[in-house]
Amino acid sequence: MDVGDLFSVALYEGLVYGFVAVGVYLTFRVLAFPDLSVDGSFPLGGAIAAIMIVDGFNPWLATIAAFGAGACAGLGTALLNTKLRINALLAGILMMVGLYSINLMIMGRPNIPLLREVTVFDQVSEWLNGIGVTLSSVHLSIVVMVVLVFAVLAILNGLALRATGDNEQMVRGLGTSTDMTTILGVSLSNGLVALSGALVAQNQGLTDIGMGIGMIIMGLASVIVGEGLFRPRGVAFTLLAVVGGAFAYRLILGTALRLGMDPNNLKLITALLVIAALSIPYIRKKMRHEWIPPAARW
Amino acid sequence: MDTTSSEMVKQQLAMNTTSNSSLLQLRDIRKIFARATVDEVTALAGIDLDVYDQDFVTIIGSNGAGKTTLLNIIAGVFPPERGGKILIQGKDITNLSEHKHARYTARVYQDPHIGTAAKMTIEENLSLALLRGQSRGLRGAVSKQRRELFRQNLALLGIGLEDRLSTPVGTLSGGQRQALALVMATISKPAILLLDEHVATLDPKTAETVLQLSDMIVRREKMTAIMVTHNMEIALRYGNRLIMMHRGKIVVDMGEADKKTLTIGDLVTAFERAAGEEFKDDTILLSRRE
Repeated sequence: MDVGDLFSVALYEGLVYGFVAVGVYLTFRVLAFPDLSVDGSFPLGGAIAAIMIVDGFNPWLATIAAFGAGACAGLGTALLNTKLRINALLAGILMMVGLYSINLMIMGRPNIPLLREVTVFDQVSEWLNGIGVTLSSVHLSIVVMVVLVFAVLAILNGLALRATGDNEQMVRGLGTSTDMTTILGVSLSNGLVALSGALVAQNQGLTDIGMGIGMIIMGLASVIVGEGLFRPRGVAFTLLAVVGGAFAYRLILGTALRLGMDPNNLKLITALLVIAALSIPYIRKKMRHEWIPPAARW
Repeated sequence: MDTTSSEMVKQQLAMNTTSNSSLLQLRDIRKIFARATVDEVTALAGIDLDVYDQDFVTIIGSNGAGKTTLLNIIAGVFPPERGGKILIQGKDITNLSEHKHARYTARVYQDPHIGTAAKMTIEENLSLALLRGQSRGLRGAVSKQRRELFRQNLALLGIGLEDRLSTPVGTLSGGQRQALALVMATISKPAILLLDEHVATLDPKTAETVLQLSDMIVRREKMTAIMVTHNMEIALRYGNRLIMMHRGKIVVDMGEADKKTLTIGDLVTAFERAAGEEFKDDTILLSRRE
């Protein structure tokens, strides 16, 4: 595998995992809702897609169903928070734990291979060949990324969603239900994450019950890398930067693996990356003797 | 004794405001916090109030009198106890949630940080405010036509905000943010403007500016407003009607004619008579602006 290959694989993976990054950006950054249900909704998407494809459903239908299932999981988390007033962090963890059993129930076994099934990727390349276009996965990735970014942007353009994460009391005072904006944002976020799970499952030819472990940290890493690398201003550029961050993150991992890193260490490396990214600004301020408030416990 | 004097005051008021129609009606509004615990507090002990079209009511009272609780109930932050009723323009909004109350009421808070969103720009804040109560969930962003409207409204403040539409609100000073919050509360012409000690955290000069701006906007837009304040002088100087609260009740309610000749000394006497007790700690009530 040469450098160009490494690059295109990273771009490709950056696309599918880019959905997770955008989902995490939506909750963590836009809504200020630290939603951990992502670790459960990612394999939920994989499980729904796998079981439907194996049962002979159209792979596109299976992928859309995965998005819907993820959105339902997000709806559950948002309802726990808004209607039962359970802390956001706890609501996400409860949903994540509950989803583990639900995912096992859906799949019926810990993993489902898809290697011999027809996936959306097979259909797209077949269709492209049919009309005489030989687009590489790289070009395709870019097109899909741009579409995704504009779709989410159309929703983010609604100021109420963004204002909810900034000043919830003001939004209610101006006549918008913050329960509604939270439900909308968290559902959309988990839908995107589950969509990513469905695509990853079809891409790697396997859905595994453990495929979601650490997905939230991976998404967060993409967001942080994207923001740090591109320093975007405005919502449109931030979204592009976040997807770019997913790509950069994949590139870093791909390079590390090529240099002989044990794949089992991936999660640890990701965790360390996020710890470093979160603590460096604090340490810098500390050295400049600036005042820093204590971290929130909730 | 308590009830008779407040009845008298109400009769006076009825004479002062005859032709106008009642815009806001509060009937038997009570609020008890931490019910059936040792900390039980009766914040509002039966409020009946009629606010008429284009009234500018100032509400004064010591700490714990129930002023902010009353404003919270009008704004729908929490409902009153069973049996109470809130009507605006004849519509019963007693049990509607806060964001539905916002169709009728707009509020400027004591803390400038609550009324504005720091990470968003001035024009984004105003865009949100412009669409008060019109739709839920998703809303479009800033358009060019709106920008002109924003400039006009901000220019009236005379503090140069009209040239800084794309500035994030977090970089403005407290006074600037409060002036912006005032424009945000009034730009959509709500039925009732609620001013909740909105100059209490500002320095004296800025407080004066924001007060005059509030008065100007209320008069120009012919709005109905309720202003809560700790400061007797402010309560006397602004508005056409003065209400004094004590322990969850309205003890003084004066119309414009009485208010014109009133001094702070009269106000203290009226309060003592109405409340039926001497002031034990009058420092807060008597605070005058520097």
